Amino acid sequence: MSILIDENTKVLIQGITGSFGARHAALSLAYGTQVVAGVTPGKGGQKFENTVPIFNTVSQAVNETGATASAIFVPPPFAADAILEAADAGIELIVCITEGIPVMDMMRVKEALRGSNSRLLGPNCPGIVTPGRGEKSHGGCRIGIAPGYIHKRGNVGVVSRSGTLTYEAVFQLTQLGYGQSTCVGIGGDPINGTNHLEVLEMFNNDPETEAIIMIGEIGGNAEVDAARWAMKNCKKPIAGFIAGATAPPGRRMGHAGAIVGGEEDTAQAKKRILAECGIAVSETPSDMAKTLLECWGK
Amino acid sequence: MNIHEYQAKELFDRFQVPSPRGAVASTPEEAAAAARQFSGAKLVIKAQVHAGGRGKGHFRNGFQGGVHLIESPEQASEFAGKMLNETLVTIQTGEAGKLVSKVMIAEAVDITHEYYLAILMDRATCRPVIVVSTEGGMSIEDVAHNSPEKIVRQFVHPLIGLQAYEVRKLTAALNLSGDIAKQFAKMLGNLYKLFISCDCSMLEINPLVTTPDGRVLALDAKFGFDDNALYRHPDIVAMRDKSEEDPREVAASEFDLNYIGLDGNIACLVNGAGLAMATMDIIKHFGGDPANFLDVGGGASKEQVTAAFKIILSDPNVKGILINIFGGIMDCNIIAEGVIAAAKETGLPIPLVVRLEGNNVELGKATLAASGLNIVTADDMADGAKKIVAAVS
Repeated sequence: MSILIDENTKVLIQGITGSFGARHAALSLAYGTQVVAGVTPGKGGQKFENTVPIFNTVSQAVNETGATASAIFVPPPFAADAILEAADAGIELIVCITEGIPVMDMMRVKEALRGSNSRLLGPNCPGIVTPGRGEKSHGGCRIGIAPGYIHKRGNVGVVSRSGTLTYEAVFQLTQLGYGQSTCVGIGGDPINGTNHLEVLEMFNNDPETEAIIMIGEIGGNAEVDAARWAMKNCKKPIAGFIAGATAPPGRRMGHAGAIVGGEEDTAQAKKRILAECGIAVSETPSDMAKTLLECWGK
Repeated sequence: MNIHEYQAKELFDRFQVPSPRGAVASTPEEAAAAARQFSGAKLVIKAQVHAGGRGKGHFRNGFQGGVHLIESPEQASEFAGKMLNETLVTIQTGEAGKLVSKVMIAEAVDITHEYYLAILMDRATCRPVIVVSTEGGMSIEDVAHNSPEKIVRQFVHPLIGLQAYEVRKLTAALNLSGDIAKQFAKMLGNLYKLFISCDCSMLEINPLVTTPDGRVLALDAKFGFDDNALYRHPDIVAMRDKSEEDPREVAASEFDLNYIGLDGNIACLVNGAGLAMATMDIIKHFGGDPANFLDVGGGASKEQVTAAFKIILSDPNVKGILINIFGGIMDCNIIAEGVIAAAKETGLPIPLVVRLEGNNVELGKATLAASGLNIVTADDMADGAKKIVAAVS
């Protein structure tokens, strides 16, 4: 088991003909992911790399190929529309990689998705990986832009707002010989589709996941909410890291969501609350995997 | 992005949000003309800089105060002459101060009561929230701390928008009645329209005032705009005053680099915002002091790295550089070549520690070692942080 996706998940890519989308579609195919369709309005009928059919609309792609997950690589002005189109076509998991979507657009999208059967990951996220069992985790499902080869199939769930910090944690785990069940990037924007708490809940319910790394950063209260939930409900060991201890208040640190507003959303406050909730907090980003193994008793 | 007071007034005028009458001037003659335009009213002249604390500030030329009452067009001209093209130092500008290139001549209004009003994007509920208080004119943080019951919040549905009953609730919360309540309701509706249609992240009016002659006015406003939405607001982008921003941050944005200057002496160059923050943190953890946040994004091309080096080296406090790149998909050797080219072009006068990880990392490290440059390689983040801290101390 894994969460949200596995090696049988059929993936379509919105924006497959753009340079960014094309590059990562090719990497996912090479990883062994079942990329079954691409969508680019006006290019329906063509084929990507002579194999993957391209459609004009998401609903055509879903009807023809049975895709249940979508990766969105379209530019920011068109990304909100792309998310809504995927939801309208009944896509179960929408992974929005696009960075730079206006907050007002995401506010409306979030409201429009309420009550729908679609789950949104991101935007501004690296995507999601369930590693495969082949060499360098080949044969897994990779949706987004993460480097597949650093993974290893195993029992640690990873959830993070940041792409490169996720890779860092995954790389540390793999180096120490511990694989991952699923690695989820939820994105660095202030309004995102899925939060830390929801992912922890899925990991808690997943028999294959035995331990969890949760990576957060300054701004908002998502990590704190997740930690308080975990204290009451999660039976699995969790290690945490919060980036931004040295960030000055009031400045947006790259991610639109990474901004210290009040006393509660500083790195110090979040680390304190995580620790109070029984999460093993890693002192440095170099020790995320080591910290998990210690509290996991490995 | 921030805007000036006179630009905020332009937005208020466009959205029919009443504020004191006023005009902007770039020369003493324009200031006098503006004063003549509003003759009969009590007037004030205000230096236009983004920093607060203007009234208590001083100019480098010795002139005291960035805000003054004026009695006549002649005095407007005289004061404008002492403010324009001079440097104003306030509690918020630091010793360097800010060059004043515009002044605003505005009506000085008498105040019956001061209120607080803000519209923000609330992350927890993913919807706009309107915050009001009868305790205006002071720091809202203090009000929140001392008398939280005096702060009233109203969340607005993202798709339905502001409803009449919500306005009535807020009007009642401020104890407004009669014609004042009507004026406030109209103003709030227009402010909400402004907030949504200009893609604001924050709109704060403190104070919002009532006057003895029965008006409701927005006296002082602070705007925040969503950077991600600026592409659809060329009129707001045109309000950007680059002279108010850190020149290093302006230079960085031209190369798609995300740079924020800090006070320390160890510069860092990292791919990814989360990793960049974490790199600053680990430098601090091992006893160093980060000089900046710098995210080169997913790319880290030679041009970007060179531009980043130049920006980093323009900070005289910087005594060493730590590069931390997790090249998951990018070829580490290409990054190494970019670093070497940038180091050669800028002369590399200070210690450089490079931590590379990811795709083709062995060749990347070999390329760095063979460069003949004084580049120290590190095995992981902790190793890199320790090495750069040792190198600068």
